[in-house]
Amino acid sequence: MNSIDATATEIARAVNARETSAVELADAMHARIGERDGAVGAYLSETSELAREYAKRVDARVAAGERLPLAGVPLAIKDNMCVAGTVTTCASKILEHWISPYTATAVARLLDAGAIPLGKTNMDEFAMGSSCENSALRKTANPWDLGRVPGGSSGGSVAAVAAGEATIALGSDTGGSIREPAAFCGVVGFKPTYGRVSRYGLIAFASSLDQIGPISKTVEDSALVYDVMAGLDPMDATSVDRPVEATATTLREDLRGVRVGIVDEFALDKLDADIRAVYEAAYADLVRLGATLVPVKLPTADYGVATYYLIAPAECSSNLARFDGMRYGLRVEGADVGATYEATRAAGFGDEVKRRILIGTYALSSGFYDAYYVRAQKARTLIAADFAKAFADCDVIACPSASTPAFEFDAKSDPFSMYLMDYYTIPMSLAGLPSLSVPCGYATPAGAAGPMPLGLELSAPLFAERALLGIAHAYERGTMHASKQSIPAIPSSATVGAR
Amino acid sequence: MASGEIDVAYVAKLARLALTPAEVERFGAQLGALLVHVDELAKLPVDDVAATAQVIPQSNVMRDDIVRPSLDRETVLVGAPRREGSYFRVPRIIGEDA
Repeated sequence: MNSIDATATEIARAVNARETSAVELADAMHARIGERDGAVGAYLSETSELAREYAKRVDARVAAGERLPLAGVPLAIKDNMCVAGTVTTCASKILEHWISPYTATAVARLLDAGAIPLGKTNMDEFAMGSSCENSALRKTANPWDLGRVPGGSSGGSVAAVAAGEATIALGSDTGGSIREPAAFCGVVGFKPTYGRVSRYGLIAFASSLDQIGPISKTVEDSALVYDVMAGLDPMDATSVDRPVEATATTLREDLRGVRVGIVDEFALDKLDADIRAVYEAAYADLVRLGATLVPVKLPTADYGVATYYLIAPAECSSNLARFDGMRYGLRVEGADVGATYEATRAAGFGDEVKRRILIGTYALSSGFYDAYYVRAQKARTLIAADFAKAFADCDVIACPSASTPAFEFDAKSDPFSMYLMDYYTIPMSLAGLPSLSVPCGYATPAGAAGPMPLGLELSAPLFAERALLGIAHAYERGTMHASKQSIPAIPSSATVGAR
Repeated sequence: MASGEIDVAYVAKLARLALTPAEVERFGAQLGALLVHVDELAKLPVDDVAATAQVIPQSNVMRDDIVRPSLDRETVLVGAPRREGSYFRVPRIIGEDA
């Protein structure tokens, strides 16, 4: 295995041991991006000079005797996170040329731990979407089948890791935006507990839900990244003041004594037969590795999507009010200040962002606030209570990350059919739970170039990251699905082009 | 819970969003369809349930009020759509006859 295809854990070990250098890795990775990204389209911008600068610094620190947990590890960053001096677009025309004045805490912690910033990745505009097709700036393809979407909203980040164009990536997850694309691209995607990772420097979408998390090839790598970036940040008052339990050093190799909750309402007979067979096999593997399966109930889970599509748009309509063309970003001049606001936002936002602003404004407007927004917040209480009850009987809950593998471009033209892609991820987001997707097998949908990956979603009680990552690691090591198939060769001449 | 029709043009005005007549029609149909789905929430018995704004047991986070360095003016103004010297240049907000 070429060193740029190694895991973060292996790379950090090799760089710390001075067997390879961060500068060599950074250069090799940029060459790789040059070969492959025309076809994949994972990146919106490369930060090659910054990468080289950080790589030199890492090599110097290692030479001086420091040992860094992420020494030389190539990192891709979702383009809704600020990196000082680089363009941060949120894949939106309204921020297309905006330069971040500061660096997000999560990013800063990874860079300080030795990670190398390769560039900023594509996403659904303002993280609103489940396919990456809502990017206003670029199209991103699924490396497993270039005719299919990578999932979203963190589509560029997962595609970069899946295509070997980054070793680790940061994503953000509001209703499933790390887990669903991770499943679609056959990588690990982990959303920590709400409040566990600072959001300072993450451009807000829905503030009671947004959370930054790692995307990686292995659970161990996600644990490594989580350990570096989790914890209180004085710059984010919603980050939780509670000690972080290290996870990467406490991973387990079997599931003896683990109780895995299987949700009645997520019965597998809703799925196509070939997909159902994959999840039945995954549950059987959990048992083979020592776990006990426990039936649990989430009677309100079916209300998750409806609850989410009131709360998240309401918060988005408030957060995105700041994009008014006055202090940064696009401005389209109108006859007066009101017309300038309206013209700027009309030209700067894409359709999905407009839809969410409209529904959110409506749900918060006079006469509808109690019937929609407050009712949704009450439903959220019930959903969280259902999980608390379920976790009295189990340590983690297992279910599909998504109901299908990655679909073809333009397959979900009806907005609501796209919203349903997050059916299995939204309830956990509403309850703030740590939740991840780990590869669990493959299915070959009609018309696919070959087998497409599927993900198993594992979710745990609030702040139970150590248990969750430990269990996911044992499942991953006991099944090794990621090594059973590999992505087809990516043609260096191909291009997915600009949108 | 009321369902169905949503006055998109009015909501767009509240949201400071200029929409074309075609957009009003299209978004109106799409949002109407979404409302049919969210109206499902009316089935949930929530009358005696407290609302959840966020899920973490944390409130009123305080910090000391101390002066710290902030971003320098040029770093901030570099993103301004229009500027004049060290100021943001914005459209007139208060009318001359006000």
